[in-house]
Amino acid sequence: MNSFTLVLIEVLLAVIAAPIVGGLLTGIDRKITARMQRRKGPPLLQPFYDVAKLLQKESSTVNMFTRFFTSFSLFFTVLAVVLLFIGQDLLLCIFSFTLAMIFFVIMGYSGYSPYSFIGAERELIQIMCYEPMILIMAFGFYESTGSFKISETLVQSTPVITKIPLIFLGFIFILTIKLRKSPFDLSMSHHAHQELVKGITTELTGICMAMVEVTHWFETVFSLALVYVFFIWANPYSHVIAVAACLIAYFLEILIDNIFARLKWEPVLRTSWIVTGAASLANFIILGLI
Amino acid sequence: MVRKSPWILHYDGSSCNGCDIEVLACLTPVFDVERFGIINTGNPKHADILLITGSINEQNLPVVKQLYDQMPTPRAVVAIGACAATGGVFKDCYNVYGGVATAIPVDVYVPGCAARPENIIAGVVKALDVLENRRVKKSKPKKELSTRKNAKAKTTGGEE
Ligand code: SF4
Repeated sequence: MNSFTLVLIEVLLAVIAAPIVGGLLTGIDRKITARMQRRKGPPLLQPFYDVAKLLQKESSTVNMFTRFFTSFSLFFTVLAVVLLFIGQDLLLCIFSFTLAMIFFVIMGYSGYSPYSFIGAERELIQIMCYEPMILIMAFGFYESTGSFKISETLVQSTPVITKIPLIFLGFIFILTIKLRKSPFDLSMSHHAHQELVKGITTELTGICMAMVEVTHWFETVFSLALVYVFFIWANPYSHVIAVAACLIAYFLEILIDNIFARLKWEPVLRTSWIVTGAASLANFIILGLI
Repeated sequence: MVRKSPWILHYDGSSCNGCDIEVLACLTPVFDVERFGIINTGNPKHADILLITGSINEQNLPVVKQLYDQMPTPRAVVAIGACAATGGVFKDCYNVYGGVATAIPVDVYVPGCAARPENIIAGVVKALDVLENRRVKKSKPKKELSTRKNAKAKTTGGEE
């Protein structure tokens, strides 16, 4: 198999398998959450039913930009996942991912609802909270592998986590923000009935809402794929460990989601900067000493 | 697919809050409506089914109409309890117009004072058939913009 077909397979995997995995993970999340609350919970495939339903509904948008920005947000999220799967430059993935988030925020501002406005503002605050950590993580990768290329991790003799464990902890912290879990689900929440109605997505109907859901599936896969790359090295069995690590991280997120109440934006910003700042600084000092 | 993922919006009109509490009881672990894919959204733009408890009065008439108008089609309305059906005990109040049908077309009536959670869930499940029929028909129903003048006029349920 030449390298071109390999890349093609990886691209197809990213475009087709990633949303399926993302949707299933969301379904598992809802099921586990329900079990934690002593409920039966929806069927495993519920997220797919929801999206199929949304596609059959009338799509009324307040203006033409809404759909435009939602599609761009989806496109750049998919691009980020594709770049990550083919082992491209980590910085490129992160930039594509950030661009997608910015489009999402602009979408929120394009609606006229005050809820959507406040949601967009809070989404910006969330980006402020996690973006520094994601960039620091990329830098940590560079420090430990000598390259920003993700494929580089596959030729290392030890996984990246052994060199930047504290940065990994900081990343796990902001993963809660990225997966829109309580206590950090400021801009919109999966749980219905919040003070902000549906936050940034309040104005969305039909196909736009479906696109936001699918974007979130890709986001989930992207976030967990970043956890994945911490754990792989030259050993082929490392992939099993990496998958296990992703699942444990995801379970922890669900647990955190269920035991914490939502915070205000100031404590979110404060704690995330203090935790990620301290973790990464300490890690870089240790890296410098070794 | 709407059968498997009906999202509801709950609005409480002129009521004693009895039916209101029963609707919320459906969300508790005992009844757990989420096992049917039902989600209680607070957002008309995401809702498929509008659950109304209580009667229509001068103050909430425009609110109910606006909520209904904001819901994307196909949509259905379930009136819960005696108040939502006819005005119930509030029927003779000076400011009350009557049941939900005085404002918007109703598809399913759930009887009771207060309606039981089992019946409410059954009502929602019945509304799913209505939604499914509407989707199959694909006929976009005309918005029923009844003015305040004819609000008192009796309208019989059903969007079509
Ligand atoms: S039907 Fe009975 S219980 Fe329900 S709101 Fe009316 S008075 Fe209260």
